[in-house]
Amino acid sequence: MKKILIFLLLINISTAHGEIQNDKLKIEITKNLRCLICQGQSVYDSDSEFANSLKLVVEDKLNEGMEEEEIYIFLKEKYGNWILYDPELSKNTYILWILPLLLFLFGGAIIIRKLNLKKN
Amino acid sequence: MKNKIVPFLVFFFFIFIFFVFYKSLNQTNIYTPNVNLNKNIPEFEAKIFKSNESFSSKDFKLNEYYLINIWASWCAPCRLEHKYLLELNDINSLKMIGINYKDLKLNAENFLNDLGNPYDLILSDDNGKLSINWGAYGVPETFIVFNNKIVKKYTGPLNEINVQEIRKILSQ
Repeated sequence: MKKILIFLLLINISTAHGEIQNDKLKIEITKNLRCLICQGQSVYDSDSEFANSLKLVVEDKLNEGMEEEEIYIFLKEKYGNWILYDPELSKNTYILWILPLLLFLFGGAIIIRKLNLKKN
Repeated sequence: MKNKIVPFLVFFFFIFIFFVFYKSLNQTNIYTPNVNLNKNIPEFEAKIFKSNESFSSKDFKLNEYYLINIWASWCAPCRLEHKYLLELNDINSLKMIGINYKDLKLNAENFLNDLGNPYDLILSDDNGKLSINWGAYGVPETFIVFNNKIVKKYTGPLNEINVQEIRKILSQ
């Protein structure tokens, strides 16, 4: 009897743990999704009909055992890249990704030049 | 050397900024998702309005045109497009399926009683998940389906031009 009780308790703890994990992941995912109705808000922050339904869909997909990345791919297929706040490197976003790097290199080059000039 | 580079950089910078604004200021900053046409219809199973039966994506027949219209009684643009849906209902080769989006059954029924029922079949989408599965983000939205593929999608209420377009698609 005691063994059964301990077993049940363990199952309970592990499923509860799973649920907490899923909740955390759900928040993380919906924070990275853009609400298409009230643009500028994340799905997590928005209370529009669309965002509320999308929260349910994300919850369902997590319960089905989908990974975070798989959910993004699923939604990207339906709504395009714009639904994600974290854009991937593509022909539309490469300037966005490369520009800071170029500015960093450019700034670095100026500093090195100045230092070299000072030394000389 | 230095004297030459600085004005050049400033000039280049202003030209760059000028073109960024010139190109972007007139652009709308409201995003509408790309319509990926010729995409397979999503897999789904949905409850038929006011019935215990269900309809699934497997029930779509090949070689037949379907119009899927997402609507709700509380949506004002749906009232505007309703006369066009009634017009399209006269076409025999087009099966019309309505998806009733987050609506009260009674209100939906009153809406159809008042304005007429253009649909051959109505599905219930009480929580909005079905519409998301279709890639919709608001009401109304309309899809034309042929051979299990979405051949056309309209966001927002249908108008006269859309109806003509749909007639053209059907006559092909």
